[in-house]
Amino acid sequence: MPNMSLEKVSMPEQDPNVRNKNFLEVALGYTEDMAREEAQRCLQCKSKPCVQGCPVNVQIPEFIKLVAEGNFEEAYNKIRETNSLPAVCGRVCPQESQCEQLCVRAKKGEPVAIGRLERYVADWNMRNGKSKTEDIKKLNKKVAVVGSGPAGLTCAGDLAKMGYDVTIFEAFHTPGGVLMYGIPEFRLPKDLVQSEIETVVKLGVEIRTNMVIGKVLSLDELYDEGYEAIFIGSGAGLPSFMGIPGENLNGVYSANEFLTRINLMKAYKFPDCDTPVKVGENVAVVGGGNVAMDAARSAKRLGARNVYIVYRRSEAEMPARLEEVHHAKEEGINFRLLNNPTKIIGTDDGWVKGMECVEMELGEPDSSGRRRPVAKKGSEYVLDVETVIIAIGQSPNPLIKATTPGLETQKWGGIIADEETGATSREGVYAGGDAVTGAATVILAMGAGKKAAKAIDEYIRSKG
Amino acid sequence: MFKIVRKEVLNPSVKLMEIEAPYVAKKAQPGQFIIFRIDDAGERIPLTIADYDREKGTVTIIFQEVGKSTKRLGAMEAGDSILDFVGPLGVASHFDGLKKVAVIGGGLGTAIAYPQAKHLHSMGVEVDSIVGFRNKELIILEKEMAAASSRLFIATDDGSNGNKGFVTDILKRLIEDGNKYDMVIAIGPLIMMKVVSNLTKQYGIKTIVSMNPVMIDGTGMCGGCRVTVGGKTKFACVDGPDFDGHEVDFDEAMRRQSMYKSEEKISNEKHECRLGGEVNA
Ligand SMILES: Cc1cc2nc3c(=O)[nH]c(=O)nc-3n(C[C@H](O)[C@H](O)[C@H](O)COP(=O)(O)OP(=O)(O)OC[C@H]3O[C@@H](n4cnc5c(N)ncnc54)[C@H](O)[C@@H]3O)c2cc1C
Ligand SMILES: Cc1cc2nc3c(=O)[nH]c(=O)nc-3n(C[C@H](O)[C@H](O)[C@H](O)COP(=O)(O)OP(=O)(O)OC[C@H]3O[C@@H](n4cnc5c(N)ncnc54)[C@H](O)[C@@H]3O)c2cc1C
Ligand code: SF4
Ligand code: SF4
Ligand code: FES
Ligand SMILES: [Mg+2]
Repeated sequence: MPNMSLEKVSMPEQDPNVRNKNFLEVALGYTEDMAREEAQRCLQCKSKPCVQGCPVNVQIPEFIKLVAEGNFEEAYNKIRETNSLPAVCGRVCPQESQCEQLCVRAKKGEPVAIGRLERYVADWNMRNGKSKTEDIKKLNKKVAVVGSGPAGLTCAGDLAKMGYDVTIFEAFHTPGGVLMYGIPEFRLPKDLVQSEIETVVKLGVEIRTNMVIGKVLSLDELYDEGYEAIFIGSGAGLPSFMGIPGENLNGVYSANEFLTRINLMKAYKFPDCDTPVKVGENVAVVGGGNVAMDAARSAKRLGARNVYIVYRRSEAEMPARLEEVHHAKEEGINFRLLNNPTKIIGTDDGWVKGMECVEMELGEPDSSGRRRPVAKKGSEYVLDVETVIIAIGQSPNPLIKATTPGLETQKWGGIIADEETGATSREGVYAGGDAVTGAATVILAMGAGKKAAKAIDEYIRSKG
Repeated sequence: MFKIVRKEVLNPSVKLMEIEAPYVAKKAQPGQFIIFRIDDAGERIPLTIADYDREKGTVTIIFQEVGKSTKRLGAMEAGDSILDFVGPLGVASHFDGLKKVAVIGGGLGTAIAYPQAKHLHSMGVEVDSIVGFRNKELIILEKEMAAASSRLFIATDDGSNGNKGFVTDILKRLIEDGNKYDMVIAIGPLIMMKVVSNLTKQYGIKTIVSMNPVMIDGTGMCGGCRVTVGGKTKFACVDGPDFDGHEVDFDEAMRRQSMYKSEEKISNEKHECRLGGEVNA
């Protein structure tokens, strides 16, 4: 008998007033009983609508059935057939607009908590799983992957399973991309990301860090080193600024810089770790996406008293995941919706002392279909802050394009790639993830990596 | 891991190290830099590529011990290894069509100017090098600079080498004496680069300066290294580090460089204190 409760089994969380002072994970995960109880809510639909919503085709009803039966090891293997990073996806996928959106249970009440179950199974495996080595027949053919974010890791993992010798070239000293430098510890513990990456390495993938492709080796030189095809998963790391006065004052950060200092460089452990970060008492974060929520919640945890989210549209238009907005509010982040910064004001010696904002109202819909915010005349006021964090978006880093003749990109920098295969304008060069789409999601990047792996395999076979 | 194969003490606070890094050595060009990290708790620190040996696969760095990270590196010895060493980063310097150039190095900036002088000299360009130090004891790379220059002028602030003055005094004299420079390359403290740029602007001589803002990634993904050049924001790690000295907003750069002064002090004091503790133990 399925469990017909209209609501998901709730997941325990740290108390908001405790967690907003530490970097430990906010959500604590299900217990075995909770997981089995939630798994009973799945109706095992024959048509599997939920699977359509998952870019990497996790066999959702199958793994949930195994959870309901308490067979977590098999549940893990089932997920791993198509998803190489389940502990990550279970935590950060925007399930409400992916798998769970299409779950039949969502027609009346809440969908099955697919993400939470996936997370449970992945965590169970980390605690109890026996690392099994897969039997892979080697093809003795080399493929290079640029970037070790979710797109690159997925593409590499899939190709390794097919028997290719895959080398990932990563610019940073630690692999993982945004999973390591962007998304904070309290949402996605870094140990867990590294152990999930370990499972990809166990498939035989070699990861070479400190290799900035385009600088140390060009794509053409990778061919000279014997790689037969290349996948570019270099992400969208280039931060945008607003172009308003005062943006170069001391105390103004891009969200990328602020989060990199904290996550990758562990500035929250300063001075035990050497990289510093300036937070101040009063912080304004400009933007309304996941990146803005992460920056705001990190600032709060580092001791800021007042943290404002300044966003020029209303809550309905905020691109952040619902859960993150909800968590941010619980933690005491102050939302200034329909507000837009006009300039940053500095002290005589060049430090931020305030940010001038103007109030907005929603007018006619624009090309994106969202109602365009218009400034209310004369409504300017100054928000007293010492730190401003700009989280209004990132675009692909131009380095690879600039050093790869014949690689076509969009005007805004995205690499032009076929949606089904990831094929670019250069033969043998494939691309996917944020480098192609601009800032998107982990699971879309993984889906792109997966499709490209398949296409690369076909390409290399066709060459004989 | 990246092995230190050679270490030399150039003056009490300036050290040279040759690091095994074959991929970096293969691609390095004058004007480019690397970023290193000593260990897992360490910060990412940029240093100019002072020299490279493509055959041996080594890269030479010359650094001044100014705070925790450079002091820790300076305390390491040949045979030790550091965790990360990435490069070559930044845009290589462009020197086409030059006949006569003045290369100016202020203090440690001499080490950064050296590969540029050497490169120009090897291309047959006439190079007048002007380097300045606080006193005689601090002079570095005298032999190397002399070999890389047509003429070398060394000034000291206190006159202890018998030539008291600032690099700008010498440059001004040379220009007034009728030397026609196609370009001036000035590398050193921001204030020195600013003064040189102000001087050459009066004479209309194109001037290139090497900016050294606080960096993290060095690949253009954080924007922490931004400098204003000609009224536009540039990222020094990918658009530079060389920029037109007549266009750079030096006052902003000086403010930005001091952003973490108080934290750097804490780091440094903690480091010295730990060292002291070890000596006592
Ligand atoms: C703060 C933040 C929070 C987010 N929260 C969520 C969330 O909750 N849910 C969600 O689904 N998505 C979230 N996202 C978006 C998601 O993280 C990205 O869409 C996803 O990581 C893209 O994956 P990718 O593999 O394409 O690129 P990335 O993760 O960006 O990885 C690219 C990698 O390539 C490396 N690289 C770049 N250039 C080079 C080069 N020249 N040579 C070698 N290596 C190179 C980079 O260093 C990096 O490691 C968030 C993003 C940010 C910034
Ligand atoms: C492109 C570039 C090339 C450089 N080349 C050389 C070189 O060849 N030799 C040399 O001795 N120095 C060089 N520097 C400066 C060198 O990076 C700093 O001296 C070093 O970072 C100081 O670190 P610290 O921890 O020892 O000292 P700290 O006490 O932490 O800092 C002292 C000062 O160094 C600067 N600094 C601190 N952290 C950084 C950082 N992450 N990035 C940049 N600057 C920082 C700040 O101005 C700071 O006030 C270069 C800097 C840049 C940007
Ligand atoms: S990977 Fe993401 S989208 Fe796919 S089933 Fe898991 S949580 Fe849903
Ligand atoms: S749609 Fe929902 S109920 Fe149906 S199989 Fe998928 S998860 Fe289960
Ligand atoms: S150091 Fe991060 S963009 Fe230059
Ligand atoms: Mg330091």
